[in-house]
Amino acid sequence: MAINFDKALGIHPQALALREKRSTLIAANLANADTPNYKARDMDFKSLLKQSMPGAPGIERTQAGHFAPQPELDARVMFRNPTQVSLDGNTVEEHSEQARYAENAVQYQASLRFINGSFSDLMTALRGQ
Amino acid sequence: MSAFSVFDIAGSGMNAQSLRLNLVASNISNANSVASSADTVYKSRQPVFAAELQGALNQQNAASKVNVLGIVENQAPPVMEYNPNHPMADATGYIYKSNVNTVEEMANMMSASRSYQNNVEVLNTAKQLMLQTLKMGQ
Repeated sequence: MAINFDKALGIHPQALALREKRSTLIAANLANADTPNYKARDMDFKSLLKQSMPGAPGIERTQAGHFAPQPELDARVMFRNPTQVSLDGNTVEEHSEQARYAENAVQYQASLRFINGSFSDLMTALRGQ
Repeated sequence: MSAFSVFDIAGSGMNAQSLRLNLVASNISNANSVASSADTVYKSRQPVFAAELQGALNQQNAASKVNVLGIVENQAPPVMEYNPNHPMADATGYIYKSNVNTVEEMANMMSASRSYQNNVEVLNTAKQLMLQTLKMGQ
């Protein structure tokens, strides 16, 4: 049986890519914390991950003229509902954005650790010791 | 490259906040400056921030940097003080003091420095994650 990276690593490579995107979004929220009329954005991680998994149900192309579904699931970026509204129209709440950024960073590290574990498993299998 | 746009974004935030800190320093240091006419007196200066539209329009990368649109002068009238013995007094005996509100500026300074720190934290975390990713599989 050949070694299959996709099977060995599971969803974590996709998760890493999405986490990286989410960190960009939250970084933008934090950078724009003082920008008037800026609306904080975030993504629905769960549904995005589901869609980016291999073998996920996608839009079928039943005719040759149909556009191919976009691999980038960009439209899932959504605006955040603020708990307290500020007068200048900015919806960034620094404390909650900070918490989300930290959460995202920890989950990124978790995925990274899983990948590293899978690699060391593969190495063990290769060495056969 | 998208993996490094966190650094760009946090960098733009730090840029904007440091400009704001500079303006606060300028305002506070000129808070007591005096002039002999309302036109020449120092007026409080504030930055205008805007989210970079490019990022908002381009759905692929919805994250947007901070753009400094410009600096505006506060149009509030200067403080007039009747002081005919002052060397800068005009013909009617008034001197004009700048319209800087030091209390406001101090609050502004704290907000700017906190925002700057936030961006530095974001940058540090992103850097650590990148370094760990580079070591993947070792």
